[in-house]
Amino acid sequence: MGRALAVIIWILTLGSVSLFFVKQWWLPGAISSHAAALDRQFLITIIVVGISFTAAQVGLGYMVWKYRERPANDRAVYTHGSNRLEVIWTIVTAVIFIGLAVMGQSVWASLHFNKAPVGSFQVEVVAQQFQWNFHYSGKDGVFGRTDPSLIDDSALNFIGLDETDPNAKDDQTHSVIAIPVNRPVELILRSKDVIHNFWVPQLRFKQDLVPGMAIRVHFTANQTGKYELACAELCGQLHFKMKSYMLVLPEAEHQALMALPQDQFQSRITELLAKYPLPTY
Amino acid sequence: MSVETHEAVHRHEPPTSFIRKYIFSLDHKVIGIQYIILALVAVVVGMTMSVLMRMNLSWPGTNWPILATLFPGGAPGGVINPEFYLSLVTMHGTIMVFFVLTTAPQGGFGNYFLPIQIGAEDMAFPVLNMLSFWVTFVGFIVILAAIFFSGSASTIGPIGGWTGYAPLSALGQIAGPGQGMGMNLWIISIAIFCVGSLLGALNFITTLLNMRTRGMSLMRMPLTCWAWFTTAVLALLSFPVLLGGGILLLLDRLAGTSFFIPGGLYVSGILSGTTPSFPVHTGGSPILWQHLFWFFGHPEVYIAILPGMGATSHILSTFARKPVFGYRAMVFAIFAIGLLGFFVWGHHMFISGMSPYSAMTFSILTLSIGVPSAVKTFNWLGTLWGARIRFTTPMLFAIGFVSLFVAGGITGLVLGQTSLDLPMHDTYFVLAHFHLVMGVASIFGMFAATYFWFPKMFGRFMNDALGKIHFWITFVGVYCIFVPMHVMGLVGMPRRYSQFTEYTFLTRLHPLVVFVSIVAIITVLTQFLFYFNLIWSIFKGKKAGPNPWEATTLEWTTASPPPHDNFAGVLPVVYRGPYEFAVPGAPNDFVMQTEPETETERAGGNGHNGHRH
Repeated sequence: MGRALAVIIWILTLGSVSLFFVKQWWLPGAISSHAAALDRQFLITIIVVGISFTAAQVGLGYMVWKYRERPANDRAVYTHGSNRLEVIWTIVTAVIFIGLAVMGQSVWASLHFNKAPVGSFQVEVVAQQFQWNFHYSGKDGVFGRTDPSLIDDSALNFIGLDETDPNAKDDQTHSVIAIPVNRPVELILRSKDVIHNFWVPQLRFKQDLVPGMAIRVHFTANQTGKYELACAELCGQLHFKMKSYMLVLPEAEHQALMALPQDQFQSRITELLAKYPLPTY
Repeated sequence: MSVETHEAVHRHEPPTSFIRKYIFSLDHKVIGIQYIILALVAVVVGMTMSVLMRMNLSWPGTNWPILATLFPGGAPGGVINPEFYLSLVTMHGTIMVFFVLTTAPQGGFGNYFLPIQIGAEDMAFPVLNMLSFWVTFVGFIVILAAIFFSGSASTIGPIGGWTGYAPLSALGQIAGPGQGMGMNLWIISIAIFCVGSLLGALNFITTLLNMRTRGMSLMRMPLTCWAWFTTAVLALLSFPVLLGGGILLLLDRLAGTSFFIPGGLYVSGILSGTTPSFPVHTGGSPILWQHLFWFFGHPEVYIAILPGMGATSHILSTFARKPVFGYRAMVFAIFAIGLLGFFVWGHHMFISGMSPYSAMTFSILTLSIGVPSAVKTFNWLGTLWGARIRFTTPMLFAIGFVSLFVAGGITGLVLGQTSLDLPMHDTYFVLAHFHLVMGVASIFGMFAATYFWFPKMFGRFMNDALGKIHFWITFVGVYCIFVPMHVMGLVGMPRRYSQFTEYTFLTRLHPLVVFVSIVAIITVLTQFLFYFNLIWSIFKGKKAGPNPWEATTLEWTTASPPPHDNFAGVLPVVYRGPYEFAVPGAPNDFVMQTEPETETERAGGNGHNGHRH
């Protein structure tokens, strides 16, 4: 029984670890400037996790294999423990675990402790149940005023843009987010109803959009293309369909897009969605 | 001797009427069994829901005629619709966390064995104990009512996940299906559950501190008692916060308050304040709910698993025929986990919009809690080192607990880091992590406890062959279910999606999703072996004497099953620590706690009862 259990534990350990070596089921290719450091930290952590997991399971299997009951009066070792061992393994694990936590802060700090760099491309994100709305400031770089009481779904004014505000004249809105490559992007995240979450796996980035708050976050995408955007916070019935796309465009193409008036802007985004394929997995 | 005489005079006779004996019983043993039965019923409901969810995820769009008959609203034409799925998610989580993982380990086994293990006749407050069960039972009836009166024909309960994030949960019907009466009932059920748990916690703490028998110093208590005690302290401090939060949430829904609802919301085409169905709200904070919820929610994780850790230590030592390695370190580790458990709730909220600086603090505290968890694992391995292991069914499950606790807990190193939470948050990686550690490991602790204490509770063994089949399939099954979910999380599969068909990046995971579902269905079916074994063994199991496992603690000094007052009027006296196995020179390989000191020990001894005070 002991040997069988040991073997099963070892097989399960081997199987579990090997799943993490299947490239197809690893993190998708990253497209943001902070991703390299994040992926490195992820790899270091998963290696520590893998080694600890394997060591513990192999050890458990070894104990089970070796110390099964024997016939007759052969008793177990009588010991109540060892203070020295307790101190050693407490310190060793504390150093490794807390060390990992401290190492993991640098990417976080680079994203969250600093304001977005000057010259970042700003997009206001207004989420609502099962739909994304992205608000672009247009040529003037200034967002028009918005107010929830101006929301008019029948006129497709989903974000309550004040048409009388001069700054709103050149603003565009769309359900697709289009950002420039290699230039910092600042998102101003809002929600009209419940909590949603902005999640693009390739960006290695996720942030809740909380009603009543305007959360500012920033990142830099460094590869052009089209990527799927998902909602990652339960927001109701059609949560699984709250999907859109993120277009990362060359700077010139992006600038040209942003200079377009609203009607041409819409059709141009449709063209761009067709132009860029999804990454192959 | 005067103590024994005194107790003998007060020997308690059992009540004779059926109702006082089995229904509104004051006997902690009966109440314990009532809690266990409640959990056994609840877990079938929860498991059934998980099977329905797996069917929906792996074979999307399939017509299951039986579902069309059973749930004409939720599965019209036999195809599960999204809101039905999400209500399954919510009810599965709520029933499992509250009515299974919180009832069986603490209310069930804790109630039954804590008084006996410390040598008491009953709990300190038997009436309170009875109330705590029946209040919990009412909570269960209310959560079942949410299935039938959900306020929407197409759901069987509210939509919100077991976390019920506001404002989705606060807005009412206007926010979509699953936000009507079912949500009110969900909140009321949890509030009732909080009250029941508080009554129980007070009782556990008082009993343990005041009712230990002569010689049962704190450091001579079995580790199970330390675990139940710490769990009770966690419950005492965390449930009131959830109760308060629940009341505020209910007020937001029913009384038009704005604790969690900010101003200017525009929901389903209606602006806040423009119609009577959506009154004006202003100034509420959705993040406040998350703080209140997780201030309870994280300690709850330890409420679920600490009793399993206690049972595992107890059972490992018994069948290793060896004292627990590092008893003191184990006690300190339980305390450290309990204490740190109150300072890490923010790791559920890194991406919630709270301050990124507090996220950093929570992250470091979170990884610190891995240290006492690792210390426990090392000590379990230490207990097995040099052992003479008897591979009984309870021992297999206890060893399984250690394996699964490591497998599930270790990925906390990933999730506890602020930056790594960015890709992993709300993906299947999280799902895999907490199901393994809080769900499956805890349940393995309870399986071990059931097979171990069944002979004491019913005077008969559970069937060993069935028990072993149950173990092998379940152990392999849960690994095959939950390890693949980690890689789904790596790819980015989000939780709480009723279908994965909308996203191209998820299609390559489909084979894994189907594999997991097939194993899950097999594993769930295997659990009926356990149910059969339970019922069959009560009547037909092999008879067991008072101490069938040759164990050392007080529950094994009394009859199986124990008499109404546990020790037939004569309270035991304790002379030594709880796990005196393999003592050199002793006639047997186990020395019971009630074994008086020998001459040599009294003359100074060599520390055999290392924990004497």
